[in-house]
Amino acid sequence: MSGFPILTLMLAVPLLGALGCLASDAPRARMIALVATLVDFALGLVLWADFQVGGAQWQFTERLPLFSGFQWALGIDGIALVLILLSVFLMPICILASWDAIEKRVGEYMAAFLLMETLMIGVFAAQDLFLFYIFFEAGLIPMYLIIGIWGGADRIYASYKFFLYTLLGSVLMLIAMLWMANEAGTTDIPTLMHYDFPPGAQNWLWLAFFASFAVKMPMWPVHTWLPDAHVQAPTAGSVILAGVLLKMGGYGFIRFSLPMFPEASAHFAPLIFALSMVAVVYTSLVALVQHDMKKLIAYSSVAHMAIVTVGLFAFDRQGIEGAMVVMLSHGLVSGALFLCVGVIYDRLHTREIDRYGGLSINMPAYALLFMLFTMASIGLPGTSGFIGEFLSLAGIYQLSSWVAAVSTTGIILGAAYMLYLYRRVAFGDQTHSDAARMPDLSVREWAMLAPIALVVLWMGVHPESFIAPFRADVAALDARVAQARPASDAGLTPPAAGLVQAEAR
Amino acid sequence: MMYEIIVFLPLLGFLFAGLWGANVEPRTSELVTTIFLGLSCLLSWFAFFGFAWSADPHALVVPVANWFTSGKLAVDWALRIDTLTAVMLVVVTTVSFLVHMYSIGYMHEDDGRPRFFAYLSLFTFAMLMLVTANNLVQMFFGWEGVGLASYLLIGFWFKKPSACAAAIKAFVVNRVGDLGFMLGIFGTFLVFGTVSIPAILAAAPHMGGSTIGFLGHRFDTMTVLCILLFIGAMGKSAQLGLHTWLPDAMEGPTPVSALIHAATMVTAGVFMVCRLSPMFVASPTAMHFVTFIGAATCFFAATVGTTQWDIKRVIAYSTCSQLGYMFFAAGVGAFNAAMFHLFTHAFFKALLFLGAGSVIHAMHHEQDMRFYGGLRKEIPLTFWAMMAGTLAITGVGIADVAGFAGFYSKDAIIEAAWASGTPLGQFASVTGIIAALLTSFYSWRLVFLTFFGAPRWAGSEHIRHALHDAHGAHDPDAAHHDAHHDHAATGTAGYHPHESPVSMLIPLGVLAAGAVFAGMVFNHWFVGLSGAAPFWNGALVVNRELAEAAEAIPLYVKWAPFAVMLLGFVTAWYAYMRNPKLPAAVVEQIGVIYDFVFHKWYFDELYDVIFVRPAFWIGRKLWKLGDIGVIDRFGPNGAAWVVGKGSEGARKLQSGYLTSYALVMLLGLVAAVTWTMGGVVR
Repeated sequence: MSGFPILTLMLAVPLLGALGCLASDAPRARMIALVATLVDFALGLVLWADFQVGGAQWQFTERLPLFSGFQWALGIDGIALVLILLSVFLMPICILASWDAIEKRVGEYMAAFLLMETLMIGVFAAQDLFLFYIFFEAGLIPMYLIIGIWGGADRIYASYKFFLYTLLGSVLMLIAMLWMANEAGTTDIPTLMHYDFPPGAQNWLWLAFFASFAVKMPMWPVHTWLPDAHVQAPTAGSVILAGVLLKMGGYGFIRFSLPMFPEASAHFAPLIFALSMVAVVYTSLVALVQHDMKKLIAYSSVAHMAIVTVGLFAFDRQGIEGAMVVMLSHGLVSGALFLCVGVIYDRLHTREIDRYGGLSINMPAYALLFMLFTMASIGLPGTSGFIGEFLSLAGIYQLSSWVAAVSTTGIILGAAYMLYLYRRVAFGDQTHSDAARMPDLSVREWAMLAPIALVVLWMGVHPESFIAPFRADVAALDARVAQARPASDAGLTPPAAGLVQAEAR
Repeated sequence: MMYEIIVFLPLLGFLFAGLWGANVEPRTSELVTTIFLGLSCLLSWFAFFGFAWSADPHALVVPVANWFTSGKLAVDWALRIDTLTAVMLVVVTTVSFLVHMYSIGYMHEDDGRPRFFAYLSLFTFAMLMLVTANNLVQMFFGWEGVGLASYLLIGFWFKKPSACAAAIKAFVVNRVGDLGFMLGIFGTFLVFGTVSIPAILAAAPHMGGSTIGFLGHRFDTMTVLCILLFIGAMGKSAQLGLHTWLPDAMEGPTPVSALIHAATMVTAGVFMVCRLSPMFVASPTAMHFVTFIGAATCFFAATVGTTQWDIKRVIAYSTCSQLGYMFFAAGVGAFNAAMFHLFTHAFFKALLFLGAGSVIHAMHHEQDMRFYGGLRKEIPLTFWAMMAGTLAITGVGIADVAGFAGFYSKDAIIEAAWASGTPLGQFASVTGIIAALLTSFYSWRLVFLTFFGAPRWAGSEHIRHALHDAHGAHDPDAAHHDAHHDHAATGTAGYHPHESPVSMLIPLGVLAAGAVFAGMVFNHWFVGLSGAAPFWNGALVVNRELAEAAEAIPLYVKWAPFAVMLLGFVTAWYAYMRNPKLPAAVVEQIGVIYDFVFHKWYFDELYDVIFVRPAFWIGRKLWKLGDIGVIDRFGPNGAAWVVGKGSEGARKLQSGYLTSYALVMLLGLVAAVTWTMGGVVR
């Protein structure tokens, strides 16, 4: 909380590392990248330790006017804090995952990753509308390059699709931002979060932001770029894509759509619910029939992100806090699942599910961790997956039992496709001799997966460590949107009930 | 401190065997987990005697830690102990300890022993968390934890495709029930503003007459909540409609079937209904629903049990049927009778499964009763243990004199159902009597086919394997080809079954003692007119009027279970001992009905056609037609075509251009922002 610009430092470290990587040969670039990301992770821990729970809403704020009203404005609340922590935690793991897998143009690759880290932290730390926009859009560029240069055989089509989808959304969002800056006379995000835009305008602004965030999330039906992007991206690219980039959509809703346009959010909540309900059932069924491991997990991501949107638009504490926890948990768990795919991809160079089988026999440690992440993905209580899913769905039930009932079918379908995947990869007999010869986890792979496993269990058993920082922020948001809250379809209307409810509290 | 030790010792055992088991001798893992469970069991009995009959009507709640808090939804880790919990503690830890001990002998040839014992201890821990839960979410934690352990243990022999399929089926079908359970928790939170069990139970009686919106309609509040929660119980306790996973779960090793799929986990649903009994009595509609489902399951499963050949499947359907008894007892308001049957059933059903395991062990993994016969003299101790179990499950006993365990609890249920006075209650009672007839028939059928008559071992593929191995002439192909072809083959084929080792016989002996005496000893306290109220001490709803009415039911109802028990015995004796050609002749006569029952009323086939296949078919269609055929075609691919280059456009973007694209994009953004800043923000 001192005046030390720690956020700027966190942005600068990876950026300097990136420059260093560009000028280095492969072994040194790997080392630089690892050190830079570990330093940023350590800074993240400092941030966490220094963050005053229950203190000011915005902490570690920095203001530096640049030119004509445009300012270098950074600062975080609890919501941004935990997402930054997620990013800096996953980053060193991604570097480790790329250690041997990337052989060509290592320096550029590491530089792209470090640049992305800067931009990701920037997205969550930016307090100026246009600063946010630059980070938000520029963050795509390194990912675009990572898929396009170090990706698989169909990488061009995938990166093109990725580009095309996100382009449309960002143009509309930029126009909306310009209008907002003009109307409110400021680009300061904390101020805008309390600015009451006229209800008529809110709808248009909300839709413009929605176009961008829905693609990022991704929501059905603008999700089809995700499976292709995941399949073509190198392992670490998938981890960051699923772990952090998808969270920017949810962060956008929570930072912009809900507090800035509460009435429009209530107005369009049925649209969100409809798309989310379709997504849960539709993408889960599609996941069930996939032959490609990465595609399966990518489709499962769409279904999980639908739980996030449902929770966010539940307009209550449980829903929004649950959505936050789903975002964190999904970042860890789907990242870990992609790493699990990467581990065996590195050995056999195929993502075809049927080429594996019986891995529990020759890779028992791998099978154990894969089982843990599978269970976390399907929301087993005791893992991080449960807390978020449970809170989000409990939240939405308070608003609509229909949406809750349909969304909760995800727990059945999710179990079906994940256990079916696990059964084909790790159970059964060893039918392929090459798969049966694969060695178990190396020390490097342990170092990637074990920390995530520990955090997944930690968040499952004592999530308070992660919820506490953003509780006050969610409460403030809840208060801000409360007056726009749509009517509940599950309302209790007995004469005696109000009395009883009061007692129970 | 004692309660923490009871619950967390099995967790320690799991962590030791699971994480460290590969580094030590398998025997160390076996002993550590078994000894931990033994301690836990010992302390549980102390807890039981400390809690039942205690004068303090309040449950003891041992706080452990906060789990999560969101708004007014606060969920703590805590251990709640009252008589109901204490009963479950002794059931769970006793059977678990005996099963651990039994498994040392039963699994001695298996390479995965540390893993097996780890899973058993994990299961026990989760089950203990379930029964000590003080809020619905911790109960759900235990609920899902036992589901995980069940999944892992059913799929323990993961190389077998059938075991993997059964494991997935068990998990997914249970999740269908969990959908109800979760919605029930959400609804409970909406209505009561808390998930704490004591707070809910205190408020529930005042909710009569209130309504709530659910899926666009308005219903009675407690009816919605109780039925949603009960759907969860139906999944876990394998009630009609969600029962299909239980018979398949027999793919797991037999000790697992005894512990999880007979004595403890599958009774979690009954426990839940009893724990929440003040909620359920607030909704007559929900109680009727519970009664109906229980009675229907009780009858359905008993019919299927009469036709199965696999010894474990007979006992599995029997379990399903007995759970039905417990539910309709709860449904008519005799929660204490339901818990009594849960208690006695745990002993005699675990005994039957472990006895069956001993038979299977002796018969070299053969499970088909058509290849048994005449085992009475070969494995006499197992035989007498199975006899004790059979006498208990068929309910042998004379009113007011003496009887085996099942006699007391089953009669209490049938009498209570009749005494409830409602048409549905009497329907349940009659169903229970018919099911008792079927129970007696299939139980004695099992005994006669297995232990009496001439040996029919020669036809068994497993026995031939054993003989081949013994003679050092290992030729799996030959064994495969002529296996199971000749069902009529009789004789011993020179095979000598061996009685099981002491570590397996001791648990059989202990459970046999339970099957013989548990009813006599505890009858007065669980369901007795004067004993029940002080024993339960407010832990569940004890309906005294119902108990009084049950004393006064007509004599023909009181003696009906006894009569049908004898009838079932005589029928089985006649059909399988006196005139062994009779069953085939009967099957000939009633072919269609037999097929229907033999194929388990075609539930699996039906679900395959209406759920499983459509899910995959729709999934493929949505993927190929929805995502690729529509969204991509008119979305990104269409956009490329519109640009004028057709779908070729995508391919022409080459990696060399990518960098420039990216650069242009970034520069464009910066330029746009800079330009607007000057004009806009002023």
